[in-house]
Amino acid sequence: MGFFHRHRGLTPYLLLAPGMLWLTLFFLVPLGFLAYQSLQSGSIDFGYSFTWAWSNYSDALRNYRGQFERSFLYAGIATLIALVVSYPVAYWIAFRGGRWKNLLLLFIVAPFFVTYLIRTLAWETILSDNGLVVRTLDHLHLLGVLGQNGRILSTGTAVVAGITYNFLPFMALPLYVSLEQIDETLIEAAEDLYASKWRAFWRVTFPLSLPGVVAGTLLTFIPAAGDFINAQLLGSPSTHMIGNVINSKYNDLIDYPAAAAMSFILMAIILAMVLLYARAVGTEKLTG
Amino acid sequence: MSTAEVTLPARRHRQSALARAWAFVKRHALTVYSLLFFAYLMLPIGVVIAFSFNNPKGRFNYTWQGFTFKNWQQWNAIPNLQSAITLSLEIALIASLVATALGTLIALALVRYGFRGRGSTNLLVFLPLSTPEIVLGASLATLFLNSTSLHFNIQFGFWTILVAHVMFCISFAVVTVKARLIGFDRHLEEAAMDLGANEWRTFQKVTLPLIAPAILAALLLCFAISIDDFVVTYFNAGSRVTFPIFVWGAARVATPPQINVIGTAIFAVAVTLMLGNVFLQRVRESKGAV
Repeated sequence: MGFFHRHRGLTPYLLLAPGMLWLTLFFLVPLGFLAYQSLQSGSIDFGYSFTWAWSNYSDALRNYRGQFERSFLYAGIATLIALVVSYPVAYWIAFRGGRWKNLLLLFIVAPFFVTYLIRTLAWETILSDNGLVVRTLDHLHLLGVLGQNGRILSTGTAVVAGITYNFLPFMALPLYVSLEQIDETLIEAAEDLYASKWRAFWRVTFPLSLPGVVAGTLLTFIPAAGDFINAQLLGSPSTHMIGNVINSKYNDLIDYPAAAAMSFILMAIILAMVLLYARAVGTEKLTG
Repeated sequence: MSTAEVTLPARRHRQSALARAWAFVKRHALTVYSLLFFAYLMLPIGVVIAFSFNNPKGRFNYTWQGFTFKNWQQWNAIPNLQSAITLSLEIALIASLVATALGTLIALALVRYGFRGRGSTNLLVFLPLSTPEIVLGASLATLFLNSTSLHFNIQFGFWTILVAHVMFCISFAVVTVKARLIGFDRHLEEAAMDLGANEWRTFQKVTLPLIAPAILAALLLCFAISIDDFVVTYFNAGSRVTFPIFVWGAARVATPPQINVIGTAIFAVAVTLMLGNVFLQRVRESKGAV
């Protein structure tokens, strides 16, 4: 260990080297290759070559505008529902969970232990045409609003329902973490100063939980916007998202440049939205 | 008149019962809501477990036909299912070990040392977490596809899947271990150094035992993420079939209930491990240890 003593400044770099090398070689460099691929033209039969083909980008936006819009619409709705639905539960676990906190958290992450594709297929059963959900919605006269032709499956509703469920733990966990860290005496102080319970919540608890709201929204929205499994298994071609197009271009049609261009547009839009959102909320703790 | 006299007390009684019920709901609204939420979370899991005992007539396992143990007894009766599970387990085991080792080293460097380039290191760890999986998968596949022009001839298969899984697991491992390192008392390490232990010995005897739970958590997390991954794997697997890829292929032509059997088994093992962890923590806390 004499070496480490003589070169103490080197130690952090030696610790970092293997992991950073891996991330550079298999994350950063591939992004460069994808960028290079996105500006190529040609065909699968004659091969692709680099020609600064910016038209890949404009074609993607022109031909698949609907899918792009749907991706962000579905992801946005699902994120909002997930936030509203899981906030009270995160609050309940954080403040009323007591000694059961860890067990309740286990319930929150339990869906993750069932293979993603299998739990999505389970939703196919739950939302099936003569199932309980469809019949209940029919009774409530909501089927016409949420479904199409008396069905929920293969509509946008089914896709949003699937996305919401599948990414829910990504929302609930960060919410719980930030709520759990709140000093309860602050809330008590607000109530001692005659704030109503409701007012104390909106003026003290909620602002203090904002880091969790931001983290949860991002962790839900980003994977949701790039998802294609829910749209594939629960939706129909008319509900396909940009992920479906990228997947079929890349894996079925072997149109790599188009798929690469769409991937970059997707990333750019997500990045822009994240930056705008972070600025709006004013949290600088994004990178932990 | 007389009817009013008879019904009045009864009505008052019912009102108070209703009022009491309303008061109960109001007081426990959050609890009632949370229990409903958990029911919603568990619903698809219940469906998966129930349909592993289904006896479907056709090729698809979407409607209930009758109860049977057959699927559990002949869990590997479907061609290629067993080899898909074996591959998934192998990849998850190796990938979680490698990613946790690399991630722990990065976390140590980030928390314990001040050095030039800390910001960009943080960024490089954070970026894969905020990149959609489909972009991770497509870009890595593009690297492998173009490897021939760089005079490497990389074939898609076991190694490309493994490389991909380690790549997206590292960041999760860093985040998990980092959280624990930030949380613990540095005086313990300083005390060991003051008592004459060198850096390596301090790490071995003090730091490592303290962060061991976090390392174990990172291992489990990486294993779970790896064994569940479909998107990145699908882009980089070539003709190899992992369990999620098997399910994907099956969903198009036929869904044998054995898929649910495996899904249930993975769920049961994971929940048992996590319950064990919760229980251990409870025991440790009651003993008053750190």
